[in-house]
Amino acid sequence: MLTFTQQMARNWGNVRGGNADMTGMAGAPPLISARGISKSFGGVEVLRNVDLDLTPGEVHALLGENGAGKSTFAKILAGVHRPTRGTISLSGKLVDILSPIGAQRFGITLIHQEPISFPDLSVAENLVIGRAGGKPLGRVRWAELAQDARRLMSLLDVPIDVTLPMRGLSIADQQMVEIARALASDSRLIIMDEPTAALTPKEVETLFGIVRRLRDEGRTIVFISHRLEEVRAICDRVTVFRDGEKIDTAATETLSDADIIRRMIGRPLNDYLHRGTSHVGAVALAVRNLSLPGRFEDISFEVRKGEIVGLGGLVGAGRTDVARAIFGVAPAASGDILVDGNRVVISQPTDAIALGIAFVPEDRAVAGIFRSLSVESNITAAVLGKIARGGVVRRTAERALARQSVERLRIRLASLRQPIGELSGGNQQKAILARWLLADPQILILDEPTRGIDIGVKAEFYDMIGDLAADGRAILLISSELPELLALSDRVLVMSEGRLTADIPRAAASQEAIMHAAVPRASRAGLGA
Amino acid sequence: MMRPIRRILQAREAGIIVMLVIFSLAVGAIAPRFLTAETLGIVLLAVPLIMVAAMGEMMVLVARHVDLSIGSILGFSAIAAGMIFRDHPELPLVVGCGVAMLLGGALGAFNGLIVTVFRLPSIIVTLGTLSLYRGLLFILSGARQIDPNDIPEPLIRMAQTSPIGIPWVVIIAFAVALATWLFLTHSQIGRQIYAIGSNPVAAPLRGIRVVPVTILVFTLSGALAGLAGIIYAARFGYVNPGITGVGFEFTVIAAVVIGGVSVNGGVGTVLGTVMGVLFLGAVQVALPILGVSGFWQNAIYGGIILIALIIDRTVRQGGLHGLLARGGA
Repeated sequence: MLTFTQQMARNWGNVRGGNADMTGMAGAPPLISARGISKSFGGVEVLRNVDLDLTPGEVHALLGENGAGKSTFAKILAGVHRPTRGTISLSGKLVDILSPIGAQRFGITLIHQEPISFPDLSVAENLVIGRAGGKPLGRVRWAELAQDARRLMSLLDVPIDVTLPMRGLSIADQQMVEIARALASDSRLIIMDEPTAALTPKEVETLFGIVRRLRDEGRTIVFISHRLEEVRAICDRVTVFRDGEKIDTAATETLSDADIIRRMIGRPLNDYLHRGTSHVGAVALAVRNLSLPGRFEDISFEVRKGEIVGLGGLVGAGRTDVARAIFGVAPAASGDILVDGNRVVISQPTDAIALGIAFVPEDRAVAGIFRSLSVESNITAAVLGKIARGGVVRRTAERALARQSVERLRIRLASLRQPIGELSGGNQQKAILARWLLADPQILILDEPTRGIDIGVKAEFYDMIGDLAADGRAILLISSELPELLALSDRVLVMSEGRLTADIPRAAASQEAIMHAAVPRASRAGLGA
Repeated sequence: MMRPIRRILQAREAGIIVMLVIFSLAVGAIAPRFLTAETLGIVLLAVPLIMVAAMGEMMVLVARHVDLSIGSILGFSAIAAGMIFRDHPELPLVVGCGVAMLLGGALGAFNGLIVTVFRLPSIIVTLGTLSLYRGLLFILSGARQIDPNDIPEPLIRMAQTSPIGIPWVVIIAFAVALATWLFLTHSQIGRQIYAIGSNPVAAPLRGIRVVPVTILVFTLSGALAGLAGIIYAARFGYVNPGITGVGFEFTVIAAVVIGGVSVNGGVGTVLGTVMGVLFLGAVQVALPILGVSGFWQNAIYGGIILIALIIDRTVRQGGLHGLLARGGA
């Protein structure tokens, strides 16, 4: 700690140490002054005339739907993109941020949503590689390197072995390494792009602790997030972007969630209204004593027709493994699966599909889409049997089917022939859902269906999922977002460390009840339950 | 033992050593004369050519590229050096050697330029230059062979002896390996090569100048192929435009991949590559001793490459697409 403070004192002799002076200071001269920033990609303007001041010692949220321009703005500050128009001043002096390395020299570091690192290099090397001022043929002094790296990591109080390769680190630890890297280059402005997307609540707390400390040292943190409760927990001021323009900047406490959302989407939103249905039918899917050693144990539950069953828990609790077992991707070692009351054997996904089960996986980029294929081919990929005659796909049938889906799910696109990779995340996700709906599944397993998509589109998804259940489908919904679970589920199952720890009916479900069942047993005792 | 990756690498290298030992014992069981110091000498003499070029190819693979043109670069450089020796016998040996390496470096740099400037996959670019350089070498030489009596006597002797008894070419090969090791593990550029191969998207965002480093890697690969051209002339005593270096890239890539260098970039050590080269050298020497027809040699190399790739794939779940989808810049 002492070295940390000393280091700060050396870098900013004029910055006082007190926390109260540092936060949300309206009178302080801005660290960054952006004026009239615009950016066009290929004639499309994605950022229009943005003015923004960032003061030293504040945590500043950038909010907005995907495509609103907040990430583009952040990337301009970090030298990844250059503005088409506009100026940036750093501590009152006009600067040209030409490249990421240039930004680093100015003390600006961008921490990407998925930490970009070199998986084959050690943590220590990841901390220093590309550091400004290195001589190309300069020697790498391994001992000093490791020592430096250890010192940096100890500043963060995170126990990470710096000689380990990045490959083995959790996302949270990788982010810690990124933050340490920002400290290594004495960054005054650290931009975090959705840093909490893949973190557990406990890891989020650790991260926030560090963010607060960095703020108290007089650094500026820009925090990009979709999660309002996090913004509220950590940010002094918020700036809302919409359609490439800055809509508003205000102190966080002066805006309600509803205010923020209204600014983001330009209309009020009944986002988290409950959509569960009342007319629940016979049991469609039941699992009995399902176990897969090392993943999950003794899992039993039922999902009825017309019912949405939420499956909550921390990342790594085994929820996805259960879903993958039911779908036959990685079948369970023991236990039974019953569909419509009959015992079934599912040893591979085709078995599950034949039984009318659909599984929309968590990571669409890896497991969901055929990136370079057209939207229409993506939508019809699972039902080629329906549109082919004698093994030849009939293009007109394919097109008609795809068009129906696009209209039904309100997928926004330029053309059905557009590669799906060009669509926004939310629309990609809709297309994947459309693909599964074409197969007319009676049992639908959704794994984090709204991860990384806009709040506005989320509401559409919630409506859609509600409609699917109302049509009599059984839905198992895996989600790490508690408001989402509460909004959709008729019942919430909770998993912790591979076991089912709670089955909470809608009436009794609350964020507290879910979290309580989700935290591992050792720490649950500590909560005084 | 806190370093799993390093441990895997060591295990990989250990794996190659074990393979080498088992192979030698197996061959020795059939043909006892394989396990003699004399055979070791033959193996050591067989490897410098591959070793020198393998160091360059290894760097290219670590940077997540591939260089298929090294055989043609070898041939081109050897012909050019041979023509200098033939037409200007009065010039010192080092001039010819220098020209060979410079030319090799220039051809390699051209590969690197095309790959980076036009963002083309290196597997296609170097497939093109493989043919281009071979064609140019026919034009340059007028399809004429460099004959044994055109090759200076001192050069031939380098392949046979030196003041300390070990032939010069063997010393040069191991010196090149040592220099490569120093460069890759102890210079900043060396580490940047690993970084580029490990994550080409992240590298520029981290301020690594991917284009010049990539061009440098191809240049070094070309220059080392040029040096291999000189070693070829020294060892075989002739250079033939239609034979010299043909198919050489497969031998070298086989050695590098056997040595545990990943085709997905970012992974590979000089020690592993040296072991891979020695293993391939041992195979090369063992085949005639076992009475295996030379016709089998290519098939056996091919089989070994496949086995090495499967091991690579299994050890690292990276995917085989690496070699096929060698990215551009």
